[in-house]
Amino acid sequence: MTNSNSSQSTPNTPKTLFEKVWQQHLVAAPAGEPSLLYIDLHLVHEVTSPQAFDGLRLAGRKLRRPDRHIATVDHNVPTTSVQDRLHIVDQIAAAQVNALRKNCAEFGIEFFDVQDASQGIVHMIGPELGATKPGMTIVCGDSHTSTHGAFGALAFGIGTSEVEHVMATQTVPQDKPKTFRITVDGDLPFGVTAKDIILDIIGRIGTDGATGHVVEYAGSAIRALSMEGRMTICNMSIEAGARAGMIAPDETTFNYLKGRRFSPGTHTDAVSPSLGESPAAKFNSAANEAVWDEAVAHWKTLPTDPGATFDRELHIDAATLAPAVTWGTSPGMTTTIDAKVPTLEDAHDEADKKSFARAYEYMGLEPGQSIAEIKVDAVFLGSCTNGRIEDLRAAAGIVKGHHIATTVRAMVVPGSQAVKRQAEAEGLDLVFKTAGFEWREPGCSMCLGMNPDILQPGERCASTSNRNFEGRQGRGGRTHLVSPEMAAAAAITGHFTDIRSWKSKN
Amino acid sequence: MQPVITLTSTAAPLPLPNIDTDQIIPKQFLKRIERTGYGDFLFYDWRRIQEGPASGQPNPDFVLNKPEYQGAEILIAEKNFGCGSSREHAAWAIFQYGFRAVIAPTFADIFYSNAGKNGIVLARLTEEEVQTLLERSTADPKHQITISLVDQTVTDNQGFSAHFDIDPFRKYCLINGLDDIGLTLRHESELDAYEARHNKEFWEAPKSAIA
Repeated sequence: MTNSNSSQSTPNTPKTLFEKVWQQHLVAAPAGEPSLLYIDLHLVHEVTSPQAFDGLRLAGRKLRRPDRHIATVDHNVPTTSVQDRLHIVDQIAAAQVNALRKNCAEFGIEFFDVQDASQGIVHMIGPELGATKPGMTIVCGDSHTSTHGAFGALAFGIGTSEVEHVMATQTVPQDKPKTFRITVDGDLPFGVTAKDIILDIIGRIGTDGATGHVVEYAGSAIRALSMEGRMTICNMSIEAGARAGMIAPDETTFNYLKGRRFSPGTHTDAVSPSLGESPAAKFNSAANEAVWDEAVAHWKTLPTDPGATFDRELHIDAATLAPAVTWGTSPGMTTTIDAKVPTLEDAHDEADKKSFARAYEYMGLEPGQSIAEIKVDAVFLGSCTNGRIEDLRAAAGIVKGHHIATTVRAMVVPGSQAVKRQAEAEGLDLVFKTAGFEWREPGCSMCLGMNPDILQPGERCASTSNRNFEGRQGRGGRTHLVSPEMAAAAAITGHFTDIRSWKSKN
Repeated sequence: MQPVITLTSTAAPLPLPNIDTDQIIPKQFLKRIERTGYGDFLFYDWRRIQEGPASGQPNPDFVLNKPEYQGAEILIAEKNFGCGSSREHAAWAIFQYGFRAVIAPTFADIFYSNAGKNGIVLARLTEEEVQTLLERSTADPKHQITISLVDQTVTDNQGFSAHFDIDPFRKYCLINGLDDIGLTLRHESELDAYEARHNKEFWEAPKSAIA
């Protein structure tokens, strides 16, 4: 229940980042009921919203605060061409996209349509627009809403009934989660990325390891990450079962946000920021600076106080990490590039053994097989986990001067229009196309294969996405989750390849 | 939402851990804009033969296709049921297929919440208790289980009896079939007061920043 609010009654008790944001958003904490949490921002997409809008219509309800919602289309839009996006052939998908257009117009929600300069995966555009800010509460009918926690926001996925609830009341009833701090200290070894950190964590604690908890990621290895890397980590919190993931805001966060369209103090003219220009140029008056400074002053109060305690703690030494590759059908079935597919003896318990046996069969792998021997048929670079500009730069750095293996089909799907524009401005699209990759339009694409981008039965994919469940990327498809660099190297060699030796050789 | 108090039924055993919502309802059915009609798509891929000449035909080995398990209103599974995507379609599919309760050692958070909002009772028992029920329902498809929400017990016709914990408020809502939005609107004056003091731009959403 909700009443672990002991810290609330004693204002001087050291608090965690999560507890501060939670308390600042409590509308009511009725005894014996879930607390009522105010929601600052609701992100809307086509798949989980139509039934919620219908529910409002049936009950004769309106949106309490239309200004606290933004919407876009991402899950089911084709990525093949602008024409294909404007005229979606799949009539059921087209009807769902049209329903969102109509609903946003009817209920007064700002909508970024399929060819809008700000369209993209919903978890990409929140941060790009500066709609995602530290200390906010953010929800979306999508489990990867945890991404926004990278800014020190409390952000979590909700179901469609809760979407309707937020639309009608701007609140969600929530039981207070427990807290879990994961500290990653030290320098990341060469070739090891944010993706490898989070896959290692999920492998250690399991896909239900953080159920009921909000995770705060801390430590020098986390502080050293860019906002892109922090988003990758928070994004996959849900894959460890966590309610949300959070990282305390700092100068990296503030520098990312300053001058973005919805950031505090940004001048009215500043629309559709390019990722390359200096956002600070958008400030042109002392008044704007004052609004920004007030926000930063608030944000600086948010990090966890010294001495605050967590329900659970885990420490990881960054120096021990290696590039990760998942081998099975759950993100917890993860190992490293220099290892082998685990055997049944490696399973923790009977349930694990059963899952392992099923995964060997589904994935077409033998226990004890070397990961580096596994050949891939497809490579997918994109998603809300790894579809950001830094991911594309890193992958392009591997690809440049090479060509993909003749046995491989590979595609790059930028996470948003802004990322696509920026990548093209830097010539990354040419690097990928010259190497034989397809260069696509933005969307969720093959991360979940709701649009036409799917694997064929038996096809094996090195994917920068977040889930390797059975059939996730297409019925019978076999998914291995990896970092962008590892995906790029696999595309070129046709099998999983240790990026650490690649980088030193090439 | 229909009130739920006591349920007695046979049960379908699904002895696997980490059953994710992609398996419960695959993505191709998420394109629909309706709230109903998902029952036929529950465990869509597992219910069908995946390879060979019979590809696409019903898989006779899958529990939901076995005649002896037709009509079961209780599903039994292993730990971490409902992990993965937040799609409420998973809860809709389970309910619309005809299940009224799921018994498992643990459930993923978002699924747990979604199920409650659709009148599905989720009973968390220990690993051992779940194994006992899985074995009994596997051995005897007529094995009857009774779930009492009021007493928070799971019992069967072979002497099994176990207690499960449920949040008192969730229990109250399930028993009374209550609508969450209506409950929240009891707090409307607190909500108005909260919004009036929560008016800093750093908490603002889009529109005020582009005015």
